Amino acid sequence: MGGSMKINVAVTGLNASDNPAPGVAVIRCLKEEKDWSGKIIGLSYDAYESGIFDSCLVDSVYLLPYPKEGKEALLERFRYIQQREEIGVLLPTLDVELKSFSDLENELSAMGIHTYLPSAEQLYRREKKNLPELAAKLGLSVPESRTVYDLRDAEKAAETLDFPLMVKGIFYEAYRALNPAELFSFIQVITARWGYPVILQKYIPGEEYNLAGLGDGKGRLVSSVCMKKVLYTDKGKGWAGVSIHNRELLWTAERLTSHLKWRGGFELEAIISHQKKLYIIEINPRFPAWIYLAKACGINLPRACCELALGRKPKLPRNYKAGTMFVHYTTDLVANVGQIDALLTQREIHYG
Amino acid sequence: MTASPKRLNALAVSESGFIFDPNTGQAFTTNEIGLEIIHLLKEGKTFEDIVSHIGEHYEADRDLIYKDVAQFWGQMRNYGWLDEN
Repeated sequence: MGGSMKINVAVTGLNASDNPAPGVAVIRCLKEEKDWSGKIIGLSYDAYESGIFDSCLVDSVYLLPYPKEGKEALLERFRYIQQREEIGVLLPTLDVELKSFSDLENELSAMGIHTYLPSAEQLYRREKKNLPELAAKLGLSVPESRTVYDLRDAEKAAETLDFPLMVKGIFYEAYRALNPAELFSFIQVITARWGYPVILQKYIPGEEYNLAGLGDGKGRLVSSVCMKKVLYTDKGKGWAGVSIHNRELLWTAERLTSHLKWRGGFELEAIISHQKKLYIIEINPRFPAWIYLAKACGINLPRACCELALGRKPKLPRNYKAGTMFVHYTTDLVANVGQIDALLTQREIHYG
Repeated sequence: MTASPKRLNALAVSESGFIFDPNTGQAFTTNEIGLEIIHLLKEGKTFEDIVSHIGEHYEADRDLIYKDVAQFWGQMRNYGWLDEN
């Protein structure tokens, strides 16, 4: 790696449920490097995100205003936090907050908080609704998709796509609908949380593969790790996975990184159909929740991202061993109501 | 029939019969004869060589061996391990 890590890093996305956010995994990647000597500042939008209560993981936690409260409220909160914590690097891990942080890059940098995030344009071009256009430009395949803005739109789109089809929220959530009744039901579930538009995508039977990568912002893929999920939750989320080598997925990631000049971490989700054709399903603009597997393979992408944010040149291997596995497990963290009190009334908590 | 060793050589095969395919992440288990067939394939043996080899080392009806090896061959083809020529 490119220098020691005596720096404080702020990380968002601390939820560690059966559909975990990436924050806890990102923090473990940072803290488990031998030369780590900084503090971890957890940032959360909700006082009950489970990672908040892991005092071995975070040194302090601050609640943030929701993105809908605007950028000035977010900036004001960071001014307050920075006076107390001297954050050197901020690693946001949630899709919905990335644009705000990307837009505030200069203001945060002026405070001494460095980021390494995709630009607003990069974020826009990989959005689910814009993915077909991006893929077409690069000669890559995506399942046929329609962006719909109401139920009538959805009904028409379903006639051309046919069932089964995937119903996806603009940021999160995806369901497989087998018939019109399920389609309408899933649209209602998704729009209640995320609003319209909803993306309908032709269902491609096959095997799902994922890649976690880091772009240097100049067109180079710093490094990456491919993973195949081997156990799923009832929500279809990966509960266990194994590192693999997949040349086509790697080539696709290199092509996308080069074309977009992607800056920061990302996850590529793909399906390889029974006819052996690779379809890009989604490009997530941040590290995935399984990113600890990459570190376990010797490819510590969150650490490298910190180094890029600090203007260093990380040296990461590109080769790793296939066959390294991860398995999630749940455990109980013990907390007391005083911690909830501190979070809800003072909006911060400090350990140690 | 022969098989390209490229995909087969990439397989992680343990002597207990556990097979991990690093290209797909899939894991399998096989028995002693399945292991032997994989090792023979890696050595470049043809389908016919393998049927003869199994026939020489195991006491079983030749037609049954042919049928069993053909079935195993079909499974390996489905997994994408055989690039037949």
